Amino acid sequence: MNQARYLRRRIKNGVLLGLSAAATAFGLGWLGIILGTLLYEGFSGIDLALFTESTPPPGEMGGLLNAIAGSLMMGTLAVIVGTPIGILAGTYLAEYGRYTRLAFFVRFVNDILLSAPSIVIGLFIYDLMVPTLGHFSAWAGAAALTAIVIPVVVRTTENMLLLIPNTLREAAVALGSTRAHVIKRVTWRAAQAGMITGVLLAVARISGETAPLLFTALGNNFWSTDLNAPMAALPLAIFQMAQSPYEDWHRLAWAGALLITLAVLVLSITARILESQPERR
Amino acid sequence: MAAFGNGFPLPIFWEPSSSEPSMVDLVVTEDASLLLNSARVRRSYQADRTFQRLTLACALFVAILFAGIIWSLLDGAWPAIKAFGVSFLFTQAWNPVTERFGALAPIYGTLMTSAIAMLISVPVGIGIAIFLTELCPRPLRRPIGIAVELLAGIPSIIYGIWGFFVLAPLLQQYVMPFLIATFADVPILSSLFAGPPYGIGIFTAGLILAIMILPFVAAITRDVFEAVPAVLKEAAYGLGATVWEVQWNVVLPYARSGVVGGVMLALGRALGETMAVTFVVGNSHRISTSLLAPGTTISATIANEFTEAVGPLYTASLIELGQILFLVTFLVLAAAQFMLYRLERRAGGRS
Repeated sequence: MNQARYLRRRIKNGVLLGLSAAATAFGLGWLGIILGTLLYEGFSGIDLALFTESTPPPGEMGGLLNAIAGSLMMGTLAVIVGTPIGILAGTYLAEYGRYTRLAFFVRFVNDILLSAPSIVIGLFIYDLMVPTLGHFSAWAGAAALTAIVIPVVVRTTENMLLLIPNTLREAAVALGSTRAHVIKRVTWRAAQAGMITGVLLAVARISGETAPLLFTALGNNFWSTDLNAPMAALPLAIFQMAQSPYEDWHRLAWAGALLITLAVLVLSITARILESQPERR
Repeated sequence: MAAFGNGFPLPIFWEPSSSEPSMVDLVVTEDASLLLNSARVRRSYQADRTFQRLTLACALFVAILFAGIIWSLLDGAWPAIKAFGVSFLFTQAWNPVTERFGALAPIYGTLMTSAIAMLISVPVGIGIAIFLTELCPRPLRRPIGIAVELLAGIPSIIYGIWGFFVLAPLLQQYVMPFLIATFADVPILSSLFAGPPYGIGIFTAGLILAIMILPFVAAITRDVFEAVPAVLKEAAYGLGATVWEVQWNVVLPYARSGVVGGVMLALGRALGETMAVTFVVGNSHRISTSLLAPGTTISATIANEFTEAVGPLYTASLIELGQILFLVTFLVLAAAQFMLYRLERRAGGRS
């Protein structure tokens, strides 16, 4: 009787744990297949022209230069504007506001923004900028990306600053520093690596964002550096080309997808290495 | 209370009470005669104030961003709200020619694809978490865990084009005909899996979403499982429980609110996901009983039609769709945060 019960429990255990191992194989299998296809299709599309020529008309050779340049320009702008705002807001949450009601509210709102649907951000920036300016523009695209960068930087900055032990701050205050001085010279410096991690994660996040660019930057099949005009972006180019019926464009779309994935992986791995490194300064 | 090395009850400026004088005030009131004479001190006092105001302004900017989104969506959707009222939510029609718009089909599609995605990814994700915390050989644990986390960061457009070029043809050729044939004689299932195998549709979109949020669910669940105190598990093992019994009766109940919170975060993602879905959902404003039929979601409708929308009412209807999406994800994410916050507080109270 007891023996039978024991056996039943062991069988149940074995079956269910087997299922969980199978779930892992199943899940990682899918992801492996996706990455495999991406590498296979993507590498066959990568050549020199990809980086030196702009979007070709269907049926001709060409590359993604305009899209790569557009992504870099709008991404850089978004990081330049979004990073200081994010870091300062995160600093407020961790250093000044910590337990105030305002900080609780901002923290809550920021976490919502962090995972809010990015297409809604696109609608917001569209409503704010496109009818006002009268046309789609790279400025609007950069603004939409900025709205995505800020919450990421706020969250990581606050988390990193909270890890700094209070004794460090107290030591600086005891030497007669003002609070601003303590923050700028002590806590920021101690949390440096973590804050850089946050910025890298934000860059990784925006490099693949498509939805907020659809009706802000719009996309552009030609080389353009005019921030007041529609601009190409890598994800937009992929979206457009993959939905087209042309074989050459499909090849370019895969190559672009591979570029984005590699960029994201390199950024997240760098961020991870930075984060795990013990503080030395 | 922040712990002090030698127990001095010093006023610490990051204490919770707001009635506590700030560091700045202390300097001024206690040593005013001595310090304020110096121009240099006054300057640094001023710089200190300016810096604090700057950080405050940036924090307020985040709140303004949020308010701005709500306001601009309301503002943009107003013509549609005025024209259709509540009936917008229950109308299936979507006709740009007659300017008759209703959100029922996109709402149905959004809920259905997310439901399919959660049905698949939650059990599999929990399975992966159990595998990673209990079964996986130690040397493999970190690499697999890191791989899962990296995969969670891959942009959704990658999943989108993979679904479009690889998964959809595969489903059309093999899986869908099989499903249709298998369930042809089963009462309810036959209508769920009916019709010609298009390859694209609600089912395909749900599947892609499931694959996309799987790493996310797995990573969060694993983190929550790892936070379960080892003593609890050891005590259960000491009583002779099997690994599964420990997971089911000790780990899961303890981690419940964290798992629910993580699952809801994932749901928030699935509901609002655009690029992975737009490629494969089919973009048809018709609600079909069959899961294999093409449909649409809120985000896919906006992504596909917004730049082509002519007329203020068309644009406003699309923005109202966005507003509905934002509202729904807001509720889901707020609930998720509440669950995670509760977990955090409990963990804080116990340690």
